[in-house]
Amino acid sequence: MSHTSTLHDVPHHHANPTGWRRWLFSTNHKDIGTLYLLFALAMLFMGGASAMLIRAELFQPGIQLLDPDLYNNLVTNHALLMIFGSVMPAAAGLANWMIPLMIGAPDMALPRMNNLSFWILPAAGTMLILSFVVPFFPGGGSQINTGWTLYPPLSIQVGMSMDFLIFAIHLLGISSVLASINIIVTLLNMRAPGMTLMKMPIFCWTWLVTAFLLILVVPVLAGGVTMLLFDRHFGTSFFDAAGGGDPVLFQHLFWFFGHPEVYVLLLPSIGVLSHVIPTFARKPLFGYKSMVGAMIAVGTIGMVVWAHHQYTIGMSLGAVSYFMIGTIIISIPVGLMIFNFIATMWRGAMSFETPMLFAVAIILMFTFGGLSGVMLAVVPADMQYHDSMFVVAHFHYVLMPGAVFGLFAGVFYWLPKWTGHMYDERLGKIFFWINVTGFNLTFFPQHFLGLAGMPRRIIDYNVMFTEFNVISSIGAMIFGFSHLLLLYIVIKTIRGGEPAPSRVWEGARGLEWEVASPPPFHTWETPPPIRQEQSA
Amino acid sequence: MNPEAQARNKRRTVWLLSLLVLGMFGFGFALVPLYDLLCQVTGIQSVSLRSAGEAVAEPLPGRADSRLITIKFDTSVHPNLPWDFQPLERNLQVHPGKLYQVNFAARNRSSASVTGQAIPSVAPWQATAFLNKLECFCFNRQTLAGGASVEMPLRFMISPDLPPDIRSLTLSYSLMKPETPAPVSAPESARHEKG
Ligand code: HEM
Ligand SMILES: [Cu+2]
Repeated sequence: MSHTSTLHDVPHHHANPTGWRRWLFSTNHKDIGTLYLLFALAMLFMGGASAMLIRAELFQPGIQLLDPDLYNNLVTNHALLMIFGSVMPAAAGLANWMIPLMIGAPDMALPRMNNLSFWILPAAGTMLILSFVVPFFPGGGSQINTGWTLYPPLSIQVGMSMDFLIFAIHLLGISSVLASINIIVTLLNMRAPGMTLMKMPIFCWTWLVTAFLLILVVPVLAGGVTMLLFDRHFGTSFFDAAGGGDPVLFQHLFWFFGHPEVYVLLLPSIGVLSHVIPTFARKPLFGYKSMVGAMIAVGTIGMVVWAHHQYTIGMSLGAVSYFMIGTIIISIPVGLMIFNFIATMWRGAMSFETPMLFAVAIILMFTFGGLSGVMLAVVPADMQYHDSMFVVAHFHYVLMPGAVFGLFAGVFYWLPKWTGHMYDERLGKIFFWINVTGFNLTFFPQHFLGLAGMPRRIIDYNVMFTEFNVISSIGAMIFGFSHLLLLYIVIKTIRGGEPAPSRVWEGARGLEWEVASPPPFHTWETPPPIRQEQSA
Repeated sequence: MNPEAQARNKRRTVWLLSLLVLGMFGFGFALVPLYDLLCQVTGIQSVSLRSAGEAVAEPLPGRADSRLITIKFDTSVHPNLPWDFQPLERNLQVHPGKLYQVNFAARNRSSASVTGQAIPSVAPWQATAFLNKLECFCFNRQTLAGGASVEMPLRFMISPDLPPDIRSLTLSYSLMKPETPAPVSAPESARHEKG
């Protein structure tokens, strides 16, 4: 394909800017991918710090370090930083780096919009952090004590920090909608000739589904928080019962976004696993077509089961039964993906480098989280478990392996490709073991706490819960600090190390392994020929 | 594929996706009426319908609703508070079971920022339990900057269960400066002391 300038193509013949201009004005998918990943790493540490403060407070019963409002403010901020600040940008970073390399495209379809969707993020992140900080200044109003779900009426009553948060959510939403549009346009229009949709690497498929989910649900959340803003300042009563509104309507709007959002967090990591596992099992992915079918099924059914987060609001029996059955049905395609992974490993010549260690651990722990999810999906059981630490244990068991560890696996898997250096395998394995041990120590006891009746989002607890909380808090310190090792490994790999060949892993397949490590600034300016075995 | 065709395809995809985004944003707002409609059609109850439903379930029509109750508003300000404080309407004829709103005007005569707390009381006291305040400035302490004035809403409903012998009632507010400062840590919501 020759580059006679078209509408969205960036002319390649001018000199590439250097210094800070290279990053601020970047339209290069690799640089933007790097920016996304660095931003996500920074937010991971901020979100981690807030989580460790929470666990430090819960180390003992009683109130030691924080006051109740600050505690709840931290809980809110932790979730938002991790979900919107860390996991989503990290997944977008992988998408930016890898999608054009994987489909043989010279760049993303809309490079300037790509620049915009990244550079909105620092502004949004600042707003998010301000929403946490503003109450500490004179006249700053009360702290955001609602949790990330922002339920009214409480969210209508908190001070101006809620307005900062609402604008932060608007900005974050705009950023991810723009990124999603870009990804879909790229995947649909820029694949190398001969790469049909059903030959597209699975990571690209997971992002195609994710991007559609984002486009379908983020605008609804934006609408919901806009209504919240109007209720707060312009005298409307969308959610204010005193004016004829209904606070439960907000819950529906929120979870219409919120449940698909968990698949937004999950799917890109499933995509990473679909590359890592075949590579280290040295077998092609088992069931490519069923994998594609499963993720489309998860995305579709996932759009219509949101009210399993709201069983306790007093829906009719018919409604809760519907949401219960729908929710349980989703575990079928999710289970199918897990079976495909296991079948891929079956009788493979496996080796356990760091990405593969993470992949195997993910399969075990994510399945566990899925099981507690099925427990929560059962209405009469959830009436007991709802808003308890059991729910916290459930979603950390699905989110941490299902999203965060999957991203770690991806980072270790592709870091040699990005930097041109091998990471330190020994340190990588040490990081894995500390990280996973810390994770299980932190969250496993929370199942017992929840079943015994400890509520979530409360600063103090009954002394009978002390032992498990002590274990959980110690685990959290190990888990939290282990990420410093990750940081060290990443920095060390960027600065040097054994040079990586273009096909970093002997079992790796796909176009991204046919470019040098690190790839030159511009790749695939002429689309590569697609051979049969490159699919998946 | 030739670049022209590719650019055209890209543009078309961008347009379609942008429409989808706008459509979903609109869908969020469309859910406001759709939600009540869906609940009505399917019998899945929303909170607002349920409360309306309960009211209808009782043999209400023709019962208490036609009564006209006179409600009077009365205010007094403690000397420790340099405020003017008045209801914008002194009398109202209301039907039990319907929602009404009255505004109260407050002005801070001093130049410093002052916090006041309104304490309600109802006469005759037997009517207290039947006066439901859905929103009231008395739920929270109110702070006025020096010289500032505000209008503060009271939304209330008289319960249809109001005993038949009560035909008029008075709601008085005494406004004073709270003795103790508000606990710093309590959120505004936690300060919903019974009004
Ligand atoms: C088999 C699959 C799953 C089922 C049946 C399931 C079911 C549930 C149910 C019923 C709840 C509500 C519990 C309550 O609040 O009482 C819940 C909460 C949650 N789930 Fe899952 N889940 C599944 C998978 C996942 C996955 C894959 C993720 C994310 C990657 C996830 C993330 C969450 C989160 C974040 C919450 C808590 C939200 C909050 O209240 O803050 N779940 N799940
Ligand atoms: Cu859900």
